[in-house]
Amino acid sequence: MSAVSTALPGVVTQLDDLASGAHPAITPRLVVPGTDRGRLSLDAERELGTYAPVGDLDVVAELAAAGLRGRGGAAFPAHVKWAAVAAAPGPRVVVANGEEGEPASAKDRWLLTHRPHLVLAGLLLAARTVGAERGVVYLAHPETVTAVRAALDELAAAGLRPTDVRIDVHVVDPAYVAGEETAACSAISGGAALPRAKPPRPHESGVDGRPTLVSNVETLAHAAWICRHGADAYRLAGTSASPGTTLVTLGGACLRPGVYEVPFGPSVRDLFTTVAGGFTTEPAGYVMGGWFGGLLAAQRGDVACCYDAVRAVGSGLGCGAITALGDADPVVVAAAIADWYARESAAQCGVCIRGTASIRDALGALRDGRATGAEPANLTRWGTGLVGRGACAFLDGAAALARTLVTEFPDAVTARTGGAHDSHHTPGEPA
Amino acid sequence: MKVFVDSTRCSGYGTCAEHCPSVFSLDEWGYAAAISEDVPAGAEEQVRIAAQDCPEQAIRYED
Repeated sequence: MSAVSTALPGVVTQLDDLASGAHPAITPRLVVPGTDRGRLSLDAERELGTYAPVGDLDVVAELAAAGLRGRGGAAFPAHVKWAAVAAAPGPRVVVANGEEGEPASAKDRWLLTHRPHLVLAGLLLAARTVGAERGVVYLAHPETVTAVRAALDELAAAGLRPTDVRIDVHVVDPAYVAGEETAACSAISGGAALPRAKPPRPHESGVDGRPTLVSNVETLAHAAWICRHGADAYRLAGTSASPGTTLVTLGGACLRPGVYEVPFGPSVRDLFTTVAGGFTTEPAGYVMGGWFGGLLAAQRGDVACCYDAVRAVGSGLGCGAITALGDADPVVVAAAIADWYARESAAQCGVCIRGTASIRDALGALRDGRATGAEPANLTRWGTGLVGRGACAFLDGAAALARTLVTEFPDAVTARTGGAHDSHHTPGEPA
Repeated sequence: MKVFVDSTRCSGYGTCAEHCPSVFSLDEWGYAAAISEDVPAGAEEQVRIAAQDCPEQAIRYED
């Protein structure tokens, strides 16, 4: 591993190294008792009501009442997506997306290795709701493949493998862009796991050109829970705009890095102190969204962990991965992450190749004492102008990194430009 | 009319912005983007020509 990559914060390599648990303010729905010993068996899941028929419940209406938002990073209302696929002409396909390419996120891996039946129940619920005869579990990490296959074998052995929905597992090599929804559809259709230009979106033309619902595995698990327990019960935790509980991956300079189920609403700081054992070093700041929300300054620790509150300060909760930076230099961290962006770009879009390389070079110059003074203005311009320019959201993540380093850590940037650029202002305001 | 530039295809020839600067802009590296996906009234024919003339066939529109 190079010296640069060792500065990458919160990378999850071994799921076994992580703790798990739930915030004391909630009754857990996903991180339930028994998961501390590993994967819940089919019998244990059936005791919890997983796979119980939903009867004549209007599933889309129930999801709308619950206010379920997608947990893959975009936080899009689930019921809108489900309704769009249901309204499209069949045959249709549903994809449970467990690829989880964000380097600092492990929550989907945790869910798939501990509650694969809840994900499969959500996949079946989605398929039956939108009228799909095919469901695909889309995975990358080997331990998730083992767990899902074991769960499917258990269903078959119990004579419970569904006959109305064909379920298969599709495995790709781990890569950030492979988890993007058009990349998933392309890979499952026999192509490369690379994003495609939109439109068409998957609900119009996805797997094999069919209307396809691509849903993050955690979203499907919550959907199954909601249809078992009801929208009102779901809303007992969380905020009005981000209801419910969510899985987060907390890492970096904390005592118990891990995957935790928490309500939406508590502050970033509260999550670290309440469930992750507290900080090992008072944090200089945070990396948000498994890196796709950029950086937050230490004083942002009071921001509420819900999609809109984090977005309002110029960042993003994304997949719920938050890394505490400890005493790391945010410029050094940003430069290391920018280096990763430039390497991991699928190199399909010219603007992504040039944009990620430019951000890498500017942050590298800041880190290495080669700054010309133009970097803050350039980073700010790329940080806003490159958003939405690529075929997928990858470039948006690099842009967020560039933008938030300047807005959240103006003094660190100024110190590296030798005072050539005056960027003194309140964090969070435009540079 | 709606217009989209496929950024996986755009190679930065810039002919679209030349034909139709009210709809397409080029970034600092020369790659094109639609200023807005909604085409302003009166620019429809120029968009059709820009799409037809794009060497990479990177422009798509929906009437």
